Amino acid sequence: MKVIDVRGLRYRYPDGTLALDGVDFDLEAGECVALFGANGSGKTTFVLHLNGLLSGEGSIEICGMPLKRETLPHIRARVGLVFQDSEEQLFMPTVLEDVAFGPRNLGVPAPEALARAAKTLEQVGIPASHQKAPYHLSSGEKRRAAIAGVLAMRPEILVLDEPTTSLDPPGRRDLIRLLAALPQAKILVTHDVDFASSLAARAVFFERGRIAAQGAVEEIARRFNWRSQPVESRDRR
Amino acid sequence: MHHVVVERWSRGASPLHARDARAKLLVLLAFLIAVSTTRPQSQGAFPAYAALLAVAIIAARLPAAALVRRAMLVLPFSATFALITWLGGDPLRALALGEKSFLSGLAALLLIATTPLPDLLRGLESFAVPRPLILVIQFIYRYLFVISEQAQHMRLAARSRGASFRASAGALGVLFARSWERAEGIYRAMLARGFDGRFPAFGAARFRPSDAAFLLLSALAPVAIRIAL
Repeated sequence: MKVIDVRGLRYRYPDGTLALDGVDFDLEAGECVALFGANGSGKTTFVLHLNGLLSGEGSIEICGMPLKRETLPHIRARVGLVFQDSEEQLFMPTVLEDVAFGPRNLGVPAPEALARAAKTLEQVGIPASHQKAPYHLSSGEKRRAAIAGVLAMRPEILVLDEPTTSLDPPGRRDLIRLLAALPQAKILVTHDVDFASSLAARAVFFERGRIAAQGAVEEIARRFNWRSQPVESRDRR
Repeated sequence: MHHVVVERWSRGASPLHARDARAKLLVLLAFLIAVSTTRPQSQGAFPAYAALLAVAIIAARLPAAALVRRAMLVLPFSATFALITWLGGDPLRALALGEKSFLSGLAALLLIATTPLPDLLRGLESFAVPRPLILVIQFIYRYLFVISEQAQHMRLAARSRGASFRASAGALGVLFARSWERAEGIYRAMLARGFDGRFPAFGAARFRPSDAAFLLLSALAPVAIRIAL
C-alpha cells in the first residue's frame, strides 16, 4: 500500500530558483528510502512539501489523502518531520513538554500527552532528560529528543533530514538501532551512504530538482560515485 | 545569559515557587500600586517595601546579590528622569523615582524568577490578557535564546580569528539576519508538529487555599505600609 504518492511536483522559490522540476515519487508502507544528491539539488525542498510546509504545483497524496489546506492537520499528524538542525525543533521550556507539544496540538489531553512523551523519551534512550531544558542536552541527546517529539505524534511516515549531522560514531550507531526498530515508513535525506545502506533498501538520487535515478542504495552510490573516498596519501600533509 | 539564569531560577522548589501564578500576579499588582502611589515624603515606606522583598527572596531561596544586580539594570533608565527632576529642584521626588523603579523592577524580577514562563502566561491568560499579546511574549522569550546563541557563536568566530566582536551596525545586521533565519526554522518546526497559533497548556493550575492565604497576606502587606507610613 502506497503511503506517499507524488506526481509532477514543481516548486520555484520566491527568488525565481527552480528547486523542484517535475518530481514523481512513491513510498510503500514500512519502506525505508534514502534521498541522495548534492547540496541544493532539491532534497530538503522536496521533503518540506510532504508535510505541507511548502506548496508547489503537482499532486501529493499522503495515506490516500490529497494534500490541501483542509487535510493539512491530518497530514501533519501522519508525516513526522525531523529537521536537520535539532535546535530548531526544541523550543519548549523542558524536554518533556517539548516532546508532548505535538500530541497536545493533536488534541491529546495533557496528562496523556505527558505520559506519551515520557514513554517516547524512554524509547529513544533519554529517560532522564524529562525536566531538563533542551539547551542543556548534548548534540546526540538533542537529536534523540527531536526524534521523540515526532514519534510521540505516532506518525505513519518518518522523514529525517540529515539525521547523522553532529553525531559521534556511537551516537550514529545508536540512531541506526533506534530507527531500525521503528515500524514506520521512513525517508532519510542523507549524504552518509553507510548509514543509508544500514536502513534503506532503495535510494533516490536528486539532481537539479529532478530525480535522476533510483535503485538499490549501493548501486546508486556506485553509479554517482557518492561514497566518501579516502584521500591519497601523497595528498595528505 | 540573563534569561537562562532567570529561567533556571524559575524552576526552583521553594514555597514561593509553589504558589499559583495568578496569586503571584495579583500580589505583584498590589505591590506595584502601593509603591507607585507612595508619596516622595514617605521615605520610611521604601525600606519597609524593600524588607518585604527581602523576606520574599529568602523564602524563594534565590541569590539576593545576583537578583539585586539584575534589578539594578532599570536604574540607568529611571536615573535620566530622576536627574531631570533633581535639576528641576525636587531632590526628594528624584530620590523616590529611583527607589520606586528599583523596587518595582526587583518585584517583577522576583515574580519571573519564581514562576516558569508557561505558568505565568497561563496566569495572564486567565486574567483575559489578549492571546496575541501572550503569543508575542512567548515568541520574544524563545527568540531571546536564539539571538543570544547567534551572538555567542559570532563572538566566538570573531575571537577565533583574532578580532573582537563589537556591536557595529554590520555585525548587528548579520546577527539579526541569522536570527531571523533561525526563527523561521523554529516556526517551521512548530508548524510541522501541528502548531495552530496556540501554545498547548500542560496541566490545569489549581488555586489552593494556601494560594488564597498567600494572596491575602502578601497583597495586604504593601497596602498596609502604603497607608501606615
